[in-house]
Amino acid sequence: MSLKQYKEVLVNPLIKENPITLQILGICSALAVTSNLNVTLIMCIALTSVVSLSNLFISIIRNYIPSSVRIIVQMTIIATLVILVDELLKAYDYETSKKLSVFVGLIITNCIVMGRAEAFAMKEKPFVSFLDGLGNGIGYSLILIGVAFIRELFGAGTLFGIPVFGDWYPTNNLLLLPPSSFIIIGLFIWLIRGYNNDQIEEDEFDLSKHSVAPNLNKRELNV
Amino acid sequence: MFEHYLNIFINTVFIENIALSLFLGMCTFLAISKKIDAAFGLGIAVIVVCAITVPLNNLIYNYVLREGALTWAGLPNTNLEFVELISYIGVIAAAVQILEMFLDKYIPALYNALGVFLPLITVNCAILGASLFMVEKDLMFTESIAYGLGAGVGWAMAIVILAGIREKLKYSDIPEGLKGLGMTFIIVGLMSFGFMSFGGISL
Repeated sequence: MSLKQYKEVLVNPLIKENPITLQILGICSALAVTSNLNVTLIMCIALTSVVSLSNLFISIIRNYIPSSVRIIVQMTIIATLVILVDELLKAYDYETSKKLSVFVGLIITNCIVMGRAEAFAMKEKPFVSFLDGLGNGIGYSLILIGVAFIRELFGAGTLFGIPVFGDWYPTNNLLLLPPSSFIIIGLFIWLIRGYNNDQIEEDEFDLSKHSVAPNLNKRELNV
Repeated sequence: MFEHYLNIFINTVFIENIALSLFLGMCTFLAISKKIDAAFGLGIAVIVVCAITVPLNNLIYNYVLREGALTWAGLPNTNLEFVELISYIGVIAAAVQILEMFLDKYIPALYNALGVFLPLITVNCAILGASLFMVEKDLMFTESIAYGLGAGVGWAMAIVILAGIREKLKYSDIPEGLKGLGMTFIIVGLMSFGFMSFGGISL
């Protein structure tokens, strides 16, 4: 593969083929951990390292995995990596590990990891699979950090726990509640699709064929 | 006594709804909620798998993994909690596989209705999440049955509601970029705000 292709594999998942906004992968554990940038950053690092390393290892042994048991093999590799991350986190940053509670464990079933292993690492060479994992991990991190930035700055008025707005800013609880991250991600999707028009989904049911423009004359409009 | 289990069940279905308050199983929740039929089939599959695996994992945690749990085998100082994740996911994968074979042989109608959703459930975070929350809440075996059932029913209810809303949404005029996924995200956000109103109820 040429250098250009490597670059494409790494850069494409950042915005254009973002795992969250286009592929609908990895939303599960994303939403509950975005109220605070510190926690979000640790979650992003954990996920990026798991997805890139699992892609690397699965790709190395891809020719020896019988396809009938491949899910179990992939699961074992992913689960081992997640246990490593979990134990590391418990050893060096116990406070954050408490805050993340079950969400580190849930990286196992995070569909980005499984999805990339199945769709990419099972077919491609190790190094390029590693880059694909890295790109997808960073794409996921970009969205998460964006959401956490908005939620922490406009919710609590702080960034990384440091006050930014000062005392006059009242806490905005609406943004601190987890459901707001859904709405923020929805708006992100709108923004990204505003630039990439080809991502816009087709209508299942075309309204224009079934609706008639109202035939209003000036008298009915009262002008 | 019965009331206690009913409380756990109601609490898991409404107040701590696994999809709308804990945000688990979101990928399938958003991807397979276009049609009510498919959503219903997937919901039933999740109920069955959740109700089987959560009590099973509870037994494994209490009699094998937990600190001091291996006393019956003469190993009082062993703590196997670090293999928690891998054993749960193993149990879930095995349970799904066995359930698939069982349904194929004895209840083919349900097997055909569930179709491709059954194997998909292995990687549904709602199932693993339910087991992990069960451990965090430190439930007993009988309580974990109520919890597992409640988690499944709550998730199924949420996906059927979302599918119902999305079927109606076909007929509405949505801005270009928000069509499909974007709008679904915002609706789930609003549903989730709605479910927060159950939060004040104490059982």
